[in-house]
Amino acid sequence: MTTTNRPPMEVDPRIYRHLADAQVNVELDTGDMILNLGPQHPATHGTLRLVVRLDGERVVAADPVIGYMHRGYEKLTEVRSYPQITTLINRIDWLSSFANEVPFIHGAEQLMGVEAPPRAQYIRTILTELSRIATFLLFLGEMGLQVGALTPAFYGFRDREHVLNLIEAATGGRFHPNFNRIGGLKDDLPWGWVAETRNTMKVVLDGCNDFDDLVARNEIFEARTKGIGIIPGDVGAGYGVSGSNLRASGVDWDLRRDGKPYLAYPELDFKVWTHPDGDSFARYWVRLQETREAARMVVQMLDQLPSGPIMAKVPRIIKVPAGETWVETENPLGQMGYYVVSKGAIGPFRVKIRSASFSNVSILPWLLRGVYVPDVITILASLYFILGDIDR
Amino acid sequence: MPDETPSEETTPEETTEEQVEAEQAVAETDEAAAADLAREDADTTAAEPTEEQVAPEPLSETEQQILDRLEQELGDAVIESASIFGTLVVRVQPDAWRRAAEVSRNALECDYLSFVAGIDWQPAPREGGEGGESSAPVQPTEMTFGAAGSAGRFQVFAYVQSTSRNWGVTLKTDVDEAAPLVQSWVPVYPGADWHERECWEMFGVAFGGHPSLRHIYLPSEFEGHPLRKDFPLLAREVKPWPGLVDVEPMPGDDTPAEGEGAGTEAEGGEEA
Repeated sequence: MTTTNRPPMEVDPRIYRHLADAQVNVELDTGDMILNLGPQHPATHGTLRLVVRLDGERVVAADPVIGYMHRGYEKLTEVRSYPQITTLINRIDWLSSFANEVPFIHGAEQLMGVEAPPRAQYIRTILTELSRIATFLLFLGEMGLQVGALTPAFYGFRDREHVLNLIEAATGGRFHPNFNRIGGLKDDLPWGWVAETRNTMKVVLDGCNDFDDLVARNEIFEARTKGIGIIPGDVGAGYGVSGSNLRASGVDWDLRRDGKPYLAYPELDFKVWTHPDGDSFARYWVRLQETREAARMVVQMLDQLPSGPIMAKVPRIIKVPAGETWVETENPLGQMGYYVVSKGAIGPFRVKIRSASFSNVSILPWLLRGVYVPDVITILASLYFILGDIDR
Repeated sequence: MPDETPSEETTPEETTEEQVEAEQAVAETDEAAAADLAREDADTTAAEPTEEQVAPEPLSETEQQILDRLEQELGDAVIESASIFGTLVVRVQPDAWRRAAEVSRNALECDYLSFVAGIDWQPAPREGGEGGESSAPVQPTEMTFGAAGSAGRFQVFAYVQSTSRNWGVTLKTDVDEAAPLVQSWVPVYPGADWHERECWEMFGVAFGGHPSLRHIYLPSEFEGHPLRKDFPLLAREVKPWPGLVDVEPMPGDDTPAEGEGAGTEAEGGEEA
């Protein structure tokens, strides 16, 4: 840039002097700047702190600082009995609590040699998919919010409310159902719930069309997300990134279809959505399609819902035989797994909780290198993590 | 909706009958189980299920294939293997730990790292010595090991998966208690970084070759390794495990719960 000593006519000379100073400073000072994002930042859905080193507008290095919400669940599981632990693990990923319970209960059932009756399996699957819809609807709305569109957030909350009402009607809890029991479920579905769910799924599918039109096909949204935050499939897998984030990188891998058979998934007909690009837009698009797919799956399950008991015969006091097992499920945020080690007591000896967000966020130092500051926010939002799922 | 009515109507009845039956069926064994739960007997009952579970699961075809491949590449470094509910567990020599990761990544096409974690097999000490108060659901007092065995107190285990072949393997290795150090997996799986930091923080197991082994969850001045069994859980020191003592009598129940054994019974009954 050429500098002249003569100020332009319309600018106050004093202001001009300041401007000239600023310009000189920018040119001379190329030192890095440390920027603290969080721990309290609206884009981080909780208390994630991100220390980024900036060179101008570009991120040179990013270091996520986690642990502000660490509750030590792995230690706490060692001093509780199996039925008490479902209360804890409800609070790992609090947006889809029901889906957290399933793998743990399934692990305990495996060790005990108990299998939940088909109706219980179906209801578990329906509620898991409803959790997925509720989680993703919030994402679909909030992602718009992060790029400056306020309206989708309200749409997201509105539609999610319908789904939460269903979960509440069936389980009694909007966020923390605590509904799974070893061997089945606490209660059967209430009367009229099936018809209500069918109606709500129509609402959800309509809502997804809104998101598609309003957000996914929006020019500004595309400009802010396409080509931003690209995760190649092999890098993502090496970091343990899972779920929709990995499928948005073109890896066709879904534990509902590819993992060990669990719940009613082997009996369902569903499509696993992938996107080849691996950018923020792909992650949005995949979750949008998965929300639709989940709504269709719920309707499909309501059609096939078997009748029968909802609890298997289990002793009144749960004692789990010695052994160990690894159970993983495809949760809304990705792969959720419990490595349960039992020594034959009423509580587990050790539980390793593998939560999806922990690994999904561990890629951030790699992913954020070289991106611009405003894109940091959209990348964080598109990865979609829950702090309780990182910190456990 | 007319089509749903039959199932909606019949199921609750069936369920209650089923439950009543179940209650009756287990009522006899129940009392015995409840009595077992009294802390005095805990040691003997805890050992009971172990004896039942003696028959090892046979390896499936895929698991055998994975094991063969690992043995072919690692040779004598493979110590023991087992199958737990369809997951292959292979224990390898500590000095072959990183090599095992390389083999998994290349020969087994396991491109996805699920987790790296540690385990402390030593039973938690009871407060007040042998037979004293316990702050946890009572575990056996002797040290026993899980699938594929262990050479000592600490182990590190990890689960890797293949996104293309849909298989996975749990790898375990022994950690020397006196000098807890194993090779880091970060050069093979970059995602091991955070998992190893967590394991180092929680168990005090160091990972050789890790780029920056520092606290991840806890403040940097924190001392001790919380997931070690001998690290006391302060919350439980202050307030003992609710399943053991903290039992309020039911409304209308004149006789208060006597002793911990009766307490546990009431607790278990609620949950069933």
